[in-house]
Amino acid sequence: MAFENKEMAKRYWGENLKVMTILLAIWFAVSYGCGILLVEPLNQITLGGFKLGFWFAQQGSIYTFVVLIFVYVAKMNQIDKKYNVEE
Amino acid sequence: MDIQTWTFILVGITFALYIGIAIWARAASTGEFYVAGGGVHPVANGMATAADWMSAASFISMAGIISFIGYDGGVYLMGWTGGYVLLALCLAPYLRKFGKFTVPDFIGDRYYSQTARMVAVFCAIFVSFTYVAGQMRGVGVVFSRFLEVDINMGIIIGMCIVFFYAVMGGMKGITYTQVAQYCVLIFAFMVPAIFTSIMMTGNPVPQLGFGGTLADGSGTYLLDKVDGLSAELGFNQYTDGSKSMVDVFFITAALMVGTAGLPHVIIRFFTVPKVRDARISAGWALIFIAILYTTAPAVAAFARVNMIDSINGPDMKGVAAEQAPGWVTNWEKTGLVKWEDKNGDGRMFYSGDERNEMDINRDIIVLASPELANLPNWVVALLAAGGLAAALSTAAGLLLVISTSVAHDLLKKGFKPNMTDKQELLAARLSAVGAVIAAGYMGINPPGFVAQVVAFAFGLAASSFFPAIILGIFYKKMNKEGAIAGMIAGIAFTTAYIVFFKFINPELNTPENWWFGISPEGIGTLGMILNFVVAIAVNKVTAETPQEVQDMVESIRYPKGAGEATHH
Repeated sequence: MAFENKEMAKRYWGENLKVMTILLAIWFAVSYGCGILLVEPLNQITLGGFKLGFWFAQQGSIYTFVVLIFVYVAKMNQIDKKYNVEE
Repeated sequence: MDIQTWTFILVGITFALYIGIAIWARAASTGEFYVAGGGVHPVANGMATAADWMSAASFISMAGIISFIGYDGGVYLMGWTGGYVLLALCLAPYLRKFGKFTVPDFIGDRYYSQTARMVAVFCAIFVSFTYVAGQMRGVGVVFSRFLEVDINMGIIIGMCIVFFYAVMGGMKGITYTQVAQYCVLIFAFMVPAIFTSIMMTGNPVPQLGFGGTLADGSGTYLLDKVDGLSAELGFNQYTDGSKSMVDVFFITAALMVGTAGLPHVIIRFFTVPKVRDARISAGWALIFIAILYTTAPAVAAFARVNMIDSINGPDMKGVAAEQAPGWVTNWEKTGLVKWEDKNGDGRMFYSGDERNEMDINRDIIVLASPELANLPNWVVALLAAGGLAAALSTAAGLLLVISTSVAHDLLKKGFKPNMTDKQELLAARLSAVGAVIAAGYMGINPPGFVAQVVAFAFGLAASSFFPAIILGIFYKKMNKEGAIAGMIAGIAFTTAYIVFFKFINPELNTPENWWFGISPEGIGTLGMILNFVVAIAVNKVTAETPQEVQDMVESIRYPKGAGEATHH
């Protein structure tokens, strides 16, 4: 066991799940939310030549996905260090 | 120089490069053959993953499809990128920590069951074969259009190249070749896109030109122009869709989850040294993919405007046949563009209503884009080299999964557990040979269903692997009975739905007959939900998971102590 005790292992996993849940909520909101479910109301707003909902479906969601993964990596490296389970 | 000479030169140089890399990176052990010895740098792995993932379909067909369906094309853009978020957050780090070679390895060990392993092997082989046949066909098409060799000859040349570096180099050879192929394909895709963007909008960044104003001084936004043309000509609004919202939702989800469940993508994360490398290399992979995926919709919109303008002319009455644009006459020869003078006025006209006289194949949009924008011949040749890089890199990755599944999962872990490492390596090479030949055969004699079964590959990956792996990591009490029942329910349901609408009753394949308005392309999502529900229900009423398996699940949840991917 890499952790000092069972309690620490549980807390590590809990923090991991929390980071994951928050990031997946954003993942869902941007793609399925802004790009699909809310596309019509968002299309009333324009961003340069883009209707906003259309932009989320064809551009914005992809940029967000990239950012989400890098935030996840940074967060997890921090948590690994905190619990002393990094490689 | 003409297009053909340029193509011979560029394709020749890139092929020599791939073979050189293959000789340099030969595999000496099963560890090197299956997972490149686990020593690939995360950035290199990201690039290789991107090349592995982006197939002939992404490179050649995707922008063309978007060009014709507008907003609805977002299902491919979001679906084929969003899966990487799931991979990075929910799968890659844990599977890397688990530290074996294949997806069936994980399923078999986690569910302490040979049956579960065999179900997984079957799915991995089926999904990979479905996919690889289409790649070999893509290679043949590029060869026949640009080098004017027979399509079958093109496939055989492609087979020889893949044979050389996949059979000799295994994962190690494939990985470093894919890095080179990524560079070739992204350069080939971006050069015409940037030129076109400058010409149409004055902005060298296609992603920005896409939302910018036209360079003709009118001050009109590009997308408003496309919408205006669509309204005038009776096409669907470009920035609105024609698919129902529920279908768009389900297709996007099936593609995302399917991406995260495809064995040739997952296996790439076994090749990096550490768990943290597995996380970050998913990020690099997505950056490299996003460069192409955010450019493709811009290329699609540019091509839409160019295509309509060049056929219908400045006065929107159609151009006379004698003055037809060059790309139309060039591609008419291949039969992929057709003109029929319905009203007998000698002018071509393109529209979405009864006035239409043109029949334009979607697959030509990317390949014809340099001609649409009057770019020089070497750019056209570059696209040919890029299309080949995209098709070959994906084919090689898939062939590796097939050979690994046969040598490692079927023989070593199934029927012949006493094999030595040397024998296993030989078996892996021989099955790669067999897979190359089978794939080439399917490319030359394509079964009529190749195009239809791509949806199948994603649906199957979504409804079988994804839930089994997720439950295996996040629900340590999930037992083998639950997992097997779930996988079988998911596959059976998805298969039945797709086979019914695609093969048995294709005439019923319309939104009125679909369940909840979900098309066969999106049904994998429902299959996945069914898999989860059945697995959890069966798990409740059957024996508990053994303690040592639960301990194993605990241990894959943190990075410390991950060694190189190994046998035991």
